[in-house]
Amino acid sequence: MNFWNDPLKVAADWLMGIFTGWGMNAVAAQVLVAFLGVLMLITILMVLDIFLVWIERKVVARFQDRIGPNRVGPFGLIQPFADIIKLIIKEDTTPADADKVVYNIAPLLSMMSVLILWAVVPLAPVILGVDLNAGILFIIAAGSIGTLSIIMAGWSSNNKFSVIGAFRQVAVMVSFEIPMLATLLIPTIFSGSMGMNAIIQGQSIWYVLLSPLAALIFLIAAIAELGRAPFDLAEGESELVSGYNIEYSGMKFGMFYAGELLHAFTFGGFWSILFFGGYRFFGLELVSPFLAIAVILFKAMVGYWVIMWVKYTMMRIRIDQMLAFNWKFLTPVAFVLVMVTALMNALLRGAPGWLFVSGMILSNIIVAWAALEIVRSVSKKERERIEGPKRVVEAHH
Amino acid sequence: MNEWLYVGLFFIVGLIIPAGAITAGWLFGPKKPNPVKQSTYECGIEPVGEGWVQFKAQYYIFALVFLVFDVETVFLFPWAVRLGGLGLFAVLEGIVFILILIAGLVYTWRKGMLEWA
Amino acid sequence: MTGEQLLFLIVGAVTLLSGLMVVTSRNLIHAALWLVATLFGVAIVYTLLNAGFIAVVQVVVYIGAIAILFIFAVMLTRKEMRDQGAQANSNWWAGALVAAGTFAGLFFLLQGWSGFSKTAAAIPSGYDAIGQLGDALTSPAGYVLPFEVASVLLLAALVGAVYLAFNKK
Repeated sequence: MNFWNDPLKVAADWLMGIFTGWGMNAVAAQVLVAFLGVLMLITILMVLDIFLVWIERKVVARFQDRIGPNRVGPFGLIQPFADIIKLIIKEDTTPADADKVVYNIAPLLSMMSVLILWAVVPLAPVILGVDLNAGILFIIAAGSIGTLSIIMAGWSSNNKFSVIGAFRQVAVMVSFEIPMLATLLIPTIFSGSMGMNAIIQGQSIWYVLLSPLAALIFLIAAIAELGRAPFDLAEGESELVSGYNIEYSGMKFGMFYAGELLHAFTFGGFWSILFFGGYRFFGLELVSPFLAIAVILFKAMVGYWVIMWVKYTMMRIRIDQMLAFNWKFLTPVAFVLVMVTALMNALLRGAPGWLFVSGMILSNIIVAWAALEIVRSVSKKERERIEGPKRVVEAHH
Repeated sequence: MNEWLYVGLFFIVGLIIPAGAITAGWLFGPKKPNPVKQSTYECGIEPVGEGWVQFKAQYYIFALVFLVFDVETVFLFPWAVRLGGLGLFAVLEGIVFILILIAGLVYTWRKGMLEWA
Repeated sequence: MTGEQLLFLIVGAVTLLSGLMVVTSRNLIHAALWLVATLFGVAIVYTLLNAGFIAVVQVVVYIGAIAILFIFAVMLTRKEMRDQGAQANSNWWAGALVAAGTFAGLFFLLQGWSGFSKTAAAIPSGYDAIGQLGDALTSPAGYVLPFEVASVLLLAALVGAVYLAFNKK
């Protein structure tokens, strides 16, 4: 075993040797090594987060036919560091009527709820993070803490806009949690496990090929969970200015902002883990863990790019539209899909691979088509109810 | 060692690092509060009344519907884990479970509780 | 004392303390947030018992849904943002008495049970708890009927909630 094949184990053993050499007790040394590992991962994530600011700004600029930051350093790469310096030396104002303790805890919890997600991300076959057997539900649990931080921020600011923004955001997050939970059931059905690594190992065929509809619903629910356009009605710049974080300034605002970007990137990562094979790429992951990490980060970046693409393409929808879309369309479709997938999975068991895949895809297409047809006919009826039946245009004149 | 210890470490480090960043901001930033700066923001005009608005009861209804669905879906996870090794009977069981769940959604819908107005 | 026991004592103390804060804090939102801390403490206790799935479900359902519901309810019903009224009425001593009585009764009952003072056997590593739960919930010899009845119960809860909300309009 060498560093190239299993870097984490080699580094951990080396550190263990040093610490026990100092006469430290074995358990304490193990905890210390784990602590250092976590500290390193989170520090790397924070640095990555800084570059995400640059990536996001560059990509939005291209979508809007601009160039984006290009003055500070080559390609404007130093720009995010300048932003951080600005955030650090800004005055940190607190509204006089704010609930100080809750107000200060909220940005910490917001950032933490994103960082802990990486505890369950398997970066390579030998670098698993924590391979929890309830890994999938851990995403939702961390999201719960994020929801809580938003309601805390909104309430403690004692500002009308922030309270309205927080309520809207929480309504979005909790509503879209249901289709997200339902689509999380589908990789669980295919792999027979809720652990992230087992799900990746089960993807000899990417699950997006078995269930493209589930991948799509997961992406929509993830975007809503992130509070990004078209579901960014918590921010609503034109009405609420910035929503729940309106009263925050300086580094506390920075935590919400950085948390949002890293959250989007992380969900790009989960999208790739659940439906696009995670660190697997034609056996490349077996060559070296470093290549596996590169593969999963690339896939996460593609997922993040898709999320940005949606954000900068779609208009914001109203809250009533958002809730109707979720409860009357996405949730029923997601549950029907779970039922169909479970049934097809049982019926096609033992079938040859090509039959299994084509059966699954076909059932997905049928569910999607039926859902769209029903929506089309219902909305047509609704339109006729409001506008009256379509009159035949007479052609005398 | 318990794997949850690692998760606990993530919670701790995940709090320490943002706290460090905010402390840096507190150390290097100016601190010159004044009443105008500390008033709540309201589109650049003087704040009207207190930071309180009446909410639609609808938010509460959606939270209630969400709660029921949340609990139901969590029940489905152990079922989904074992689905591969079980027969058609278990699949039908889960489908009945989901159908009862959807019946609840249809009832709520019919009663007009899913309307925002 | 092992590290795990020490951790349990600390978590237990924090959980109890936040439970106490729930009933004593004067601000209802603060009470709800302390409740979140209490529920989170219980989740940590579950992880110490190696019941990871239950711990995650505790966070998803209790913090992600029930605590949010509580906060929504408080914010909808209060006329002001910061409610500073007393949390207890003049009958608080009766409540405390009932709580103490319940605790004493439970303690008395459990003392007679042999499992109370015994350390449970450690769960073997690699034990598939979720799979076992799935088997129990789906095999005809297991808990199929309770599984389906749970769904009916939740349906009843939903119908009841909708009925109550609908009537108020």
